[in-house]
Amino acid sequence: MNNVKEPLIPSIGVITDVRIDTPDVKTFRVVTPEGKKAFLHKPGQCAMLSIPGVGEAMFSITSSPTNTEFMEFSIKKCGCVTEWLHQAEVGQQVTIRGPYGNGFPVEEKFKGKDLLFIAGGIGLAPLRSVINYVRANRADYGKVDIVYGSRSKDDLVDYNEIISEWMTDDGINVHLTIDREQEGWTGHVGFVPAYVKELNFTTDKTAILCGPPIMIKFTLQGLLEMGFEKTQIYTTMELRMKCGIGKCGRCNIGDKYVCKDGPVFRMDELEELPDEY
Amino acid sequence: MRKCKVENIYTLLGEISKNAKLYIPVDQVNGAKFTEYAEGLTLSNALKTERSIKDFFFPQTENLVDFKVSGKIIEIIDNRSEMEDFVIFGARACDVRSMEILDRVFLSEPVDTYYANRRAHGIIISMACNRPAETCFCSTFGIDASKPAGDIVCYKGENEYVFEGVTEKGKNLLEKLNAVTENGGEDTAKIVQTEIKTILDKLPLKDVKADKFGKDKTDKFFNAPEWKTLSEACLGCGTCTFVCPTCQCYDIKDFNTNSGVKRFRCWDSCMYSDFTRMSAGQPRPTQLERFRQRFMHKLVYYPTNNDGIFGCVGCGRCLSRCPISMNIVKVMKKLGEGDNE
Ligand code: SF4
Ligand code: FES
Repeated sequence: MNNVKEPLIPSIGVITDVRIDTPDVKTFRVVTPEGKKAFLHKPGQCAMLSIPGVGEAMFSITSSPTNTEFMEFSIKKCGCVTEWLHQAEVGQQVTIRGPYGNGFPVEEKFKGKDLLFIAGGIGLAPLRSVINYVRANRADYGKVDIVYGSRSKDDLVDYNEIISEWMTDDGINVHLTIDREQEGWTGHVGFVPAYVKELNFTTDKTAILCGPPIMIKFTLQGLLEMGFEKTQIYTTMELRMKCGIGKCGRCNIGDKYVCKDGPVFRMDELEELPDEY
Repeated sequence: MRKCKVENIYTLLGEISKNAKLYIPVDQVNGAKFTEYAEGLTLSNALKTERSIKDFFFPQTENLVDFKVSGKIIEIIDNRSEMEDFVIFGARACDVRSMEILDRVFLSEPVDTYYANRRAHGIIISMACNRPAETCFCSTFGIDASKPAGDIVCYKGENEYVFEGVTEKGKNLLEKLNAVTENGGEDTAKIVQTEIKTILDKLPLKDVKADKFGKDKTDKFFNAPEWKTLSEACLGCGTCTFVCPTCQCYDIKDFNTNSGVKRFRCWDSCMYSDFTRMSAGQPRPTQLERFRQRFMHKLVYYPTNNDGIFGCVGCGRCLSRCPISMNIVKVMKKLGEGDNE
């Protein structure tokens, strides 16, 4: 047989932990059958998970590259692969291949900068990898602000980690918000874009956005009004993918392939693409 | 060069088929088709096979891998079968160029090893096009129908077939055929080439130009108003993508069988509405966007990523097959005449 590994043939992964984050988001811990991390990755990269007979789908790797023991995937229930995963138990095997995509330029562009993370709902998942990477390499980065919002308190992904780890870290400011008043919630209430404007950040930060398109749109508008440049703003995209290696044509936008040239784009690069995403 | 008499061609083909599976164009009910060689089969005189040689390297469906699932345990079963030597006889210049276009996709990192293995195990004997047809416009893309690329190039003269080994594996194969060929044939090859050039000069589509398109022209054409009228009648049937020698989009699908799960790769089409549909939305909601994607990819996106090489070879298959008679020539003409500055 051939020595070159076929990129479309996956390897086996085992689910070793399932955490219920919100009513429709669960976080799965995956390792190889030998108990190791499946492969190395950069923050913001993705992996293809599949259940043979059900299908294959692309997920962003939510755990940090600095975690050398396992990978985690926070997955929202929508579509057949995710529904199947949501009823999977510990010990279930899946297939895994990757890593895919460019990831965030944590070394090249983010180093030495103050970082402003803005996320809505499940959009925190891809950012969690970057945030924890930055926390692990604290000295290389400036101040960190995290604005995170969701429909309700119960829809905040990774709430425990946010409260017990991020909020207690020096140099990290977490700003949580939920869409509507809720009993037992004493924090901010309102939508993410408005909250970002209210917080009136200085414009020397690098902003990293992830969330539903509507949130991205209005947050971006707000940031630009505040005086941010498009070259200071990054986001990560979601498109239908099949191969993950720039060949099946599925995620093609203009001359770019999201699976290979993305999913992370700087706002000015993104705006150069034809409006088809 | 080596040559053999016209009446000896079947001896030569028989010789090739001793060492590898050989496919030759044969007339079938629905037109010429590459068919596995067997004694008694006759070479087709048709200019083009209905399907391109793409099928041999990137088949319409192929079994990527199998799985056995028992309870929570998954076993991956590798049953690959693309390591067999084969020879294609009579590929046309356009189809041979299409392989170069596909190579740039499948052989770029990370290499698609299914395709790479087939490429390594396949030998292409091309055949200069004695009678280019009115749907041909390969010269638009700088292809010379009188001198195709390939591992071995073949010219069919009045009395003899002439062979020229081009690549290493082509030359090796030709050497193995020394017993059934003899030296010479240069004159015949020249005569054939001149005759072909005369026909090429008279083709109705010979003036179709692609030079308005190419690298970095996305902004110029993406929002052109012409897309609306051009795409209006498109049925989204995908025929054009399936007969196209350079279309390479694929889907990956699992099938449950009694003995396990089979994972297949199969051709897909950007002309289909579900190609990009997601639970979160549809980035190409109407046929206009899908239609535009197909042609922008061939004429702009592919060249942008591949040193200006176009993703079309001018074989004309879509011209004769589209049920509404839409095709890339019409697209190039319409967009080219519009003022899309
Ligand atoms: S063959 Fe014609 S009708 Fe069918 S998808 Fe292609 S352009 Fe549209
Ligand atoms: S997922 Fe196949 S090209 Fe991007």
